[in-house]
Amino acid sequence: MNALAARFNTIFGADMAGPFAALAAVLIFFGLASPQFMTGATLGSVAFQLPELGILTLAMLLPILTSGLNLAITFTANIAGLTVAWTLQHYGGVDAGPGAFILGCVLALAAGAASGFAMGFVIAFTRAHPILVSLSMMIFLRGLGEFLTRGGDVSGFPEFIAPIGYGSVLGIPVPLIILLACVLCWHILLSRMKLGFSAYMLGSNIESARYSGINTRKVLVLVYTLSGAMAAVAGIIMLARFNSVRVGHGESYLLITVLACFLGGINPFGGFGRVLPVFVALIVLQFLSSGLNLLGANQHLATAVWGILLLTVMIMRWVWAKFIKQLT
Amino acid sequence: MRKLILSHATEFALFCVIAVICAFLSFATDRFFTLGNAFDLLNISAINIIFAVGLLVVLIAGGIDISFAVAASVVQYVTALALQGINGGGWVSGFLIAGGAGIFLGLINAFLIHQFRIISIVATIATFNIYFGLLMFFTKGVSIYNLPDWLTTRVILYEREMADGSWSEITLPVLVMAVCAFATWFFISRTTIGRQIYAFGDNPEGARRFGINIGAMQYIAFGWLGLMAGIAGLMQAHYAQEVVPNALYGRELDVLAAVVLGGARLGGGKGSVLGCVLGVLLVSITQNGLNLMGVSPFAFKMIVGAIILVAITLSNSRIETLLPMLAAGKSGRGQGR
Repeated sequence: MNALAARFNTIFGADMAGPFAALAAVLIFFGLASPQFMTGATLGSVAFQLPELGILTLAMLLPILTSGLNLAITFTANIAGLTVAWTLQHYGGVDAGPGAFILGCVLALAAGAASGFAMGFVIAFTRAHPILVSLSMMIFLRGLGEFLTRGGDVSGFPEFIAPIGYGSVLGIPVPLIILLACVLCWHILLSRMKLGFSAYMLGSNIESARYSGINTRKVLVLVYTLSGAMAAVAGIIMLARFNSVRVGHGESYLLITVLACFLGGINPFGGFGRVLPVFVALIVLQFLSSGLNLLGANQHLATAVWGILLLTVMIMRWVWAKFIKQLT
Repeated sequence: MRKLILSHATEFALFCVIAVICAFLSFATDRFFTLGNAFDLLNISAINIIFAVGLLVVLIAGGIDISFAVAASVVQYVTALALQGINGGGWVSGFLIAGGAGIFLGLINAFLIHQFRIISIVATIATFNIYFGLLMFFTKGVSIYNLPDWLTTRVILYEREMADGSWSEITLPVLVMAVCAFATWFFISRTTIGRQIYAFGDNPEGARRFGINIGAMQYIAFGWLGLMAGIAGLMQAHYAQEVVPNALYGRELDVLAAVVLGGARLGGGKGSVLGCVLGVLLVSITQNGLNLMGVSPFAFKMIVGAIILVAITLSNSRIETLLPMLAAGKSGRGQGR
């Protein structure tokens, strides 16, 4: 048993055990409870619903690793979506060409990165608490979006955008491919690149990171800029999936992304945690809500169960640390 | 006087900012500097201040709570149903039920945090989702409109006829707010337990070695916030004359921003009731002023967000970091960084 655990740890890493156990529990429970659960339809719906929440969670992940938070991600995504929508409208709305869409995406990424840059700048240079800075950025962006759209929808996009939200390539949904690409980017960033390493160091102890020659301000600014840009990607996908943009779309995801990060074993104080367990945790959350849907519950009950799941995982960790570790 | 200002730097800075904004608004609009408007401001801010003084205690104790606003929604619903169950009731039973339910929900948070050593932001994000999810699931999003008459009737404590014939009045939530703010001030600055909460928030390990009961601190801080959230929930139901399950959803972040703006430190050990009241007032005075100046309501939040962002930036940065030349000139050829 111990040898098996050791092999598991060398292949996947010790932090994968919790998320995988939760995944197995969810699959077994709903597989027994509902005959329709283990079918392609469930898998398909999970694959299409996962990306929005998943990419937003990636945007939340980086700041948490540096012991911060980015509470502005959902509204950054909205603003990015609005940027794309307006670029398309400027070039003819429904008749706009792919060039306009690409220009819109570039502008959206720039807008997302700019909001992240502003936050990172304030956090790095004034040492104000990230929760507060991103919170006021969130209030500002929400107000900006509501001011510019007057609280209404922006819609009327060319037809070639729909496949980004609903299309498939070789049977794999396009949004899922985008999510996988983003997960890969983040994984490489955090495990292979200097910036990722510095981000971990910052999260463990910002003072000692500074004394060991890491430019902490630069790292903080870059981390929040990347977080904003990733939120913009989520905004573009939401635009394609809803075929409209409204400020407030995806607002309820905000605290769920934090929940997913903690569920994936990210240390709430920063410095420790990896991308892949978070990805597995996201799959667990999505299977949970799909399974509950099949059993006739609605999204609100699923939200409550997500909260219960987070508490369960945290209590299990406490039990593990208190009782089981002492025995071995 | 100088010592007083230095020891209350954040409060003093906030007070100056509010004074400047008020002076500007008094000249820019003819409606701002009137008794009626001041009463309006108090009536509007009352509920947020009740939330804010509760959250302040948890922040001082080194925790954070995301769940209190949805907990207040749960309390509203429970109170409305319980009052229907006992055929009406009155203010006393209303406060008892709302306060009791609020304390219970707060103690759940404290139990999770203390018993299982879960970090407060993780625990309260989980309970936030649980409270809100279950509330929406069981109520199916249906609002309650048939509240008891005593709850929906406006209670006017003081009223005065203005020159133009309109009535300006102070309503019950303002009195409740004043009582809550005074009680919190007395509790955290004049009682032993209150001082222990400061010590605990500043240095939990130090406080433990000093003989302070850590578990009790968590339960008291979150219980106090629960009580305040329950009272604020009841007041909101009284003010809105209805119970809407998602009416308070999202309020937690607005209140958190105002409290931290008022000088409470995320991480514990610092914060005052005066600062937190001023923080809430700054936000509502700004909104009120923009409204009177005829700015589009859609722009309110944008400007409020920008003001909070600027206020944080200014209050957290020393003059030296903002203006390097000035600092270099002041300290001669000191260490330039």
